[in-house]
Amino acid sequence: MNNNDQTPAMPEREMLTTDQQIRRRTIKAFAWFGLASLVPLGIWKYVAAQPRVAGLPKVLRDALNTNEQIANAYFSNQHLAPTFPLEQAAKTPRVNGKDGMKSAFVVADWTLTVQQPDRPPLTLTIDDIKALPKHDQVFEFKCVEGWSQIQHWGGVRFADFVAKYNLGTKSGQPATGEADYFRHVGMTTPDNGYYVGLDIASAMHPQTLLAYEMNGQPLTEPHGAPLRLIIPVKYGVKNLKRIGTITFQDDRPKDFWAERGYDYHVGL
Amino acid sequence: MDDKQQKNMKRIVENKHPLAIRWFHWINFPVLTVMIWSGLLIYWAYHPYKIQVAGFTLIEFFPKWFFAALKVPFRLAEGMAWHFVFQWIFIINGILYVGYTAISGEWRYLLPKRNSFAEAWQVVLHDLGIRKTMPPMDKYNAAQRIAYSAIVVMGLGSFLTGLAIYKPTQLWWLTTIFGGYPTARLIHFALTTGYVLFFLVHVAQVAKAGWNNFRSMITGFDVVKE
Repeated sequence: MNNNDQTPAMPEREMLTTDQQIRRRTIKAFAWFGLASLVPLGIWKYVAAQPRVAGLPKVLRDALNTNEQIANAYFSNQHLAPTFPLEQAAKTPRVNGKDGMKSAFVVADWTLTVQQPDRPPLTLTIDDIKALPKHDQVFEFKCVEGWSQIQHWGGVRFADFVAKYNLGTKSGQPATGEADYFRHVGMTTPDNGYYVGLDIASAMHPQTLLAYEMNGQPLTEPHGAPLRLIIPVKYGVKNLKRIGTITFQDDRPKDFWAERGYDYHVGL
Repeated sequence: MDDKQQKNMKRIVENKHPLAIRWFHWINFPVLTVMIWSGLLIYWAYHPYKIQVAGFTLIEFFPKWFFAALKVPFRLAEGMAWHFVFQWIFIINGILYVGYTAISGEWRYLLPKRNSFAEAWQVVLHDLGIRKTMPPMDKYNAAQRIAYSAIVVMGLGSFLTGLAIYKPTQLWWLTTIFGGYPTARLIHFALTTGYVLFFLVHVAQVAKAGWNNFRSMITGFDVVKE
């Protein structure tokens, strides 16, 4: 300590009366509070002024894509949607959405086309699909609108279908790991009126089915006869009905609802 | 100084509400507003909830005019986008708040004590004007301790039921704990109506408590007369 230090000047605050101190500090704090409350207003304006990407402000779209990365880090084929006893399945499963189902269509004439980069397309019939092992699945179908329904579907695992026809790998050889696959699968209706894009991991999930039966009966037309997608790791919007073409590719395939402001991933 | 002057002497009590807690509190206000608003946009797309007694509908969540007045219909995609972005701020702010109260010792004023549940009734009776005197309290009275602790538990509940309906396949076990997907959605909704009720009572109580109390949530200091 330096003994020569002069007595420091009295701080200003101590010369003020208590009332003056209260007044000053209140005004100061409320001024800061007012300034800070401009921040949420600014954020609101900032989002509103963003360019739209497929119907969503860009910053929100980017954040949803980040959410997808986080979800993928936890995604596992070991995580399965709960299944239910047969008798809990709805007798008349709900029909929702007619996009891609509005054109004239003859079920008996249907064939499935599979497209892969740098390879000739593959054409398959419903009997080719039915030749694969059949799986029945009673699970809770979930619509992006918020409703859900326990439903009973029958069909073949998409993963079995891929393995059987040696599909989806960049090399054309059977896959030795996930990296061998193209990153995405796109599906469209025969008239291209409805289309979905799936990440390959979700498509290969063991509960993802190419379904041709509902409640043990052949699919009816409103439910997507003769073949539809059932994918419990996604909302209903990805469960495309009346599959016409399946395409493997690295880039994200176009997606009907993602073009209309919805998240692309919609993973459950 | 005569006696009268003595009685009017004011004293500043520093740090009634620590700066961190004021930040967490006020950040939560716009964030929860966005979460409730965007949640409403989502809920509209499937809005079956109502309170019925003997077949008679008491409350419908919500009538057409309510949705129309708030411009809710046909904005599901927008609602989901906002909800799934601002969820992060809601969660992070909540974790920081709980972490701060735990580490700073502020939890001692916030958690209910053994006698809080009995005392809370006396506080309610007092606030309704039925009882003259308040039970003794420190920073918060017994009813506040219960309410402010309950709201944190509700926040945790919103987070967990939200996750349960956000990833019901990947986190199927969590969805199952909450009684399945439709039940988890219902709990998530009910908790939100709880926030709205909390907000209404909270604002009424703040108005009743007066300027000095409100100011302290912004300035941090309290003024006592001695």
